[in-house]
Amino acid sequence: MILFYLLVILIVGGLLAWAAGRWSALAARCVSLAAVCADFVIGLTLWIRTASGVELLQQHAWLRELDWSWIPSFGIHFHLALDGLSLLLLMLTFLLGIMSVLASWTEIQKAVGFFHLNLLWVLAGIVGVFLAMDLFLFYFAWELMLVPMFFLIAIWGHERRVYAAVKFFLFTQLSGLLMLIAILALYIAHHTATGVFTFEYEDLLGTPLSTHAALWIMLGFFVAFAVKLPMFPLHTWLPDAHTQAPTAGSVILAGLLLKTGAYGLIRFVIPLFPAAAQSFAPIAMALAVIGILYGAILAFAQTDLKRLAAYTSVSHLGFVLLAIFAWNKLALQGALITIVCHGVSTGALFILVGALQERLHTREIARMSGLWKTVPKLGGVGLFFALASMGLPGLGDFVGEFMILLGVYQKSRTLTALAAVGILASTFYALKFVQGVFHGPNKHHWKLPDLGVREAIIFAPMIVILLWLGLYPQPVFNTFNPAMDKLQQQAGHTLHVSRR
Amino acid sequence: MNTADLFALLPFLLVGGTSVFVMLAIAAWRRHWLSLCLTLTGLAAAFGSLWLVAPLAPRKVTSLLILDRYALFYIGLILVATFAIAILCYGYLQRHSETREELYVLLLVATLGSMVLVASSDFVSFFLGLEILSVALYSLSAYLRMRSRPLEAGIKYLVLAGSSSAFLLFGMALIYAQTGTMELFRLAASLAAAHNSQLVLAGLTFIITGIGFKLGVVPFHLWAPDVYEGAPAPITAFIATVSKGAMFALLLRYFYTAGAQYFRPIFVLLAIIAIASMVIGNLLALLQNNVKRMLAYSSIAHMGYLLVAFEATSTAASEAVAFYLVAYFIATIGAFGVITVLSDKERDAETLEDYKGLFWRRPMLAGIFTLMLLSLAGIPVTAGFLAKFYIVSTGAAAGIWALILILVITSVIGLFYYLRIVVTMYAREQDETPHVEPHGIAGSFVLVTLTILLVWLGVYPVPLLNAIKTVLPR
Repeated sequence: MILFYLLVILIVGGLLAWAAGRWSALAARCVSLAAVCADFVIGLTLWIRTASGVELLQQHAWLRELDWSWIPSFGIHFHLALDGLSLLLLMLTFLLGIMSVLASWTEIQKAVGFFHLNLLWVLAGIVGVFLAMDLFLFYFAWELMLVPMFFLIAIWGHERRVYAAVKFFLFTQLSGLLMLIAILALYIAHHTATGVFTFEYEDLLGTPLSTHAALWIMLGFFVAFAVKLPMFPLHTWLPDAHTQAPTAGSVILAGLLLKTGAYGLIRFVIPLFPAAAQSFAPIAMALAVIGILYGAILAFAQTDLKRLAAYTSVSHLGFVLLAIFAWNKLALQGALITIVCHGVSTGALFILVGALQERLHTREIARMSGLWKTVPKLGGVGLFFALASMGLPGLGDFVGEFMILLGVYQKSRTLTALAAVGILASTFYALKFVQGVFHGPNKHHWKLPDLGVREAIIFAPMIVILLWLGLYPQPVFNTFNPAMDKLQQQAGHTLHVSRR
Repeated sequence: MNTADLFALLPFLLVGGTSVFVMLAIAAWRRHWLSLCLTLTGLAAAFGSLWLVAPLAPRKVTSLLILDRYALFYIGLILVATFAIAILCYGYLQRHSETREELYVLLLVATLGSMVLVASSDFVSFFLGLEILSVALYSLSAYLRMRSRPLEAGIKYLVLAGSSSAFLLFGMALIYAQTGTMELFRLAASLAAAHNSQLVLAGLTFIITGIGFKLGVVPFHLWAPDVYEGAPAPITAFIATVSKGAMFALLLRYFYTAGAQYFRPIFVLLAIIAIASMVIGNLLALLQNNVKRMLAYSSIAHMGYLLVAFEATSTAASEAVAFYLVAYFIATIGAFGVITVLSDKERDAETLEDYKGLFWRRPMLAGIFTLMLLSLAGIPVTAGFLAKFYIVSTGAAAGIWALILILVITSVIGLFYYLRIVVTMYAREQDETPHVEPHGIAGSFVLVTLTILLVWLGVYPVPLLNAIKTVLPR
């Protein structure tokens, strides 16, 4: 039931915030903050209880599970389940949820209630994606994330918000519908093989498929996740959406929505179609490396701060894609750490850019320079997150990318070498960011208020988390290792069945 | 025909009787609210009588009509839809100074025609029902006779529907020439024997032409945008839902009973029509700046989607069609309902400009319109999503992958113009003070009810699915 409450709190919280918004903007903000915090506390409690061994993570049981019949005539269940992987991603979701509510505290002044309704409902959709174990429910939640995100961009976005919002919606919707066809094809293949109509993830694992069919169905899923991830060359919606979205929207897009793509690949694509995924892996990995380099180079070439941060996501998520298709333990651990750390560090970067934009009313690097003199604290924070993003040892991103490279090395040395060049390239854009914005003479004679209390409250925990994951990531490994083992085992198991 | 037969015809008698009664009442005491109340009472009584008739089903009343559960289901749907549309008409007409009361008479007659169509089991009742419906619709489209465009719409509809009836009749004649019968169930037997006959194929093609005109599928769609644009908004809702829905129910019954869709050429022909409707409907909708025209093209595309389900030829297919029609009825009446509520004395609220910043002026109305459009686009939490899912899953089960792929791709194109309206509604305006323009309580009531239904079916469709399963023949 607790999983259901996680969703209900967000959905009802959103409605309450909307209602409260008609009355006072502050009330709406407080309501939505309270809702996300409540979910965060529930998640944290769950985590602490599992970590301290009160509930042992067993090989084949979920930490928490909920299974209700929903539309019986199609064999659709309302089936939510939590394992270590989902738990970690949920924690990230709630953390960034709190940060985005705080980040929009002063930025959003229009239709505040409706804004928080959309914000909380996107989070609810994301939570649904991370928990759904019924493919229909998964698709439902997957689509559900779109509409509120669309509104966040289209109503509260910047100059070209409508263009960006529509582009985002169409890209995701088309790829999502291809996934729907793939889900249905799998559903029907399973029915032909066993005579049972079901969308259950665990039942569909190991559905016998011909090589040809498996490849096509796998591609249907893959495209949906690759667009979200985003994989080169399906990334073109991303710079626009990230740049035009309000700060909270960018944080959620970069920190969470992209991660749903990675999650989908880990949870569904490879365990469901191990053989097809294996034969497709070289192409996916090659595209991943292209994405890493392309994202880094384009990030360097940007003059708009938000666009710069957006392209770094293409680069970092390339690492994740590379690791997922390498599919060994080391690489997957690295992918998970990168997912979490990228969520935190890029989320923080977007909040920082948002804070600068609120002060300067511009995102152009050329209009900045020399800000260190007027906002030294903000500059320090910016330097920290830029370093985290370029993978400085001691911070979380480094651990993730290092482990990915180690894992991929076992599969392909060439790709590892090229990906490592990507890390090198990341120093260029990170330094360009710091140098262009904070260093040099204060040409435009900006006089700005420095880091405020609210902003300090946002950045402090994010800094602590990155340091923690950089220095002692073991608790995180402990949480998701059992889940990861299980997924790898399932992939192996189904591989075996389909060969027979 | 005995008393039991007459009793089985109760819904028809009630609707027909109400139309006469309303007409007489107008002659005696011309009051707008009175006409509405009588109409609503009649429709509600007819709806209630369905439960009295249900135990008799299936019952053939003469050779013309068959009252089985299938017919009763669609009659129920038609009655509920007309009920909602009649209420919308009231608010709409209140703002016009022209004679208002006769509209309800025509509306009831049109409803009667549609009811005959869904219960028809003979070419004779098919044609009679169609003509009753069409003649009423000509005058309904041109009801606001002081404006020029409704008149134009009425004439256009008259000419095109007239010629389509001619095609239909000719097709019927050809089939009759070959098989010697007009009765559906005997046709089924004779057609199976004569499926190679050129005469039958030509006849079926002509009948499809006639039906295609009524459904507004490509290439018989040319009337749709003009009539949608010209006709008063609530009447457009009626044309888009009741008239098309009844025709589709008839198409399904005739072709499935006669097994005509198993004729290879007919299957291919319908597949081509479906593809053309989806592609052309959605593409042309992109070019529109007029919301009513946009919805006209969107309804062309929706008929294409329905034909995809039709092509799956299974019991699941007829269930999918029933569910889809319910979802489509709700969303379409809701969308035109919003247009109706926003329309004023001079003109209907039909340009995109009318919707600019609607959210900031009238958030509830904009929210409802958004939900209706998202349902038409097939986005979750709305009934439209499950409906589209149902169609895609039936198609996938039947293995018609090409049609499904086209459905998916074209519905993304479709999403684009729905989003255009949505985005316009949320665009920021200079003048953002919410000014409350009064609109009838009845209209708001209809819209809110439709919205609740839409979301309810989108989240928990089990009751309706079960109802459809028990109603439709297995």
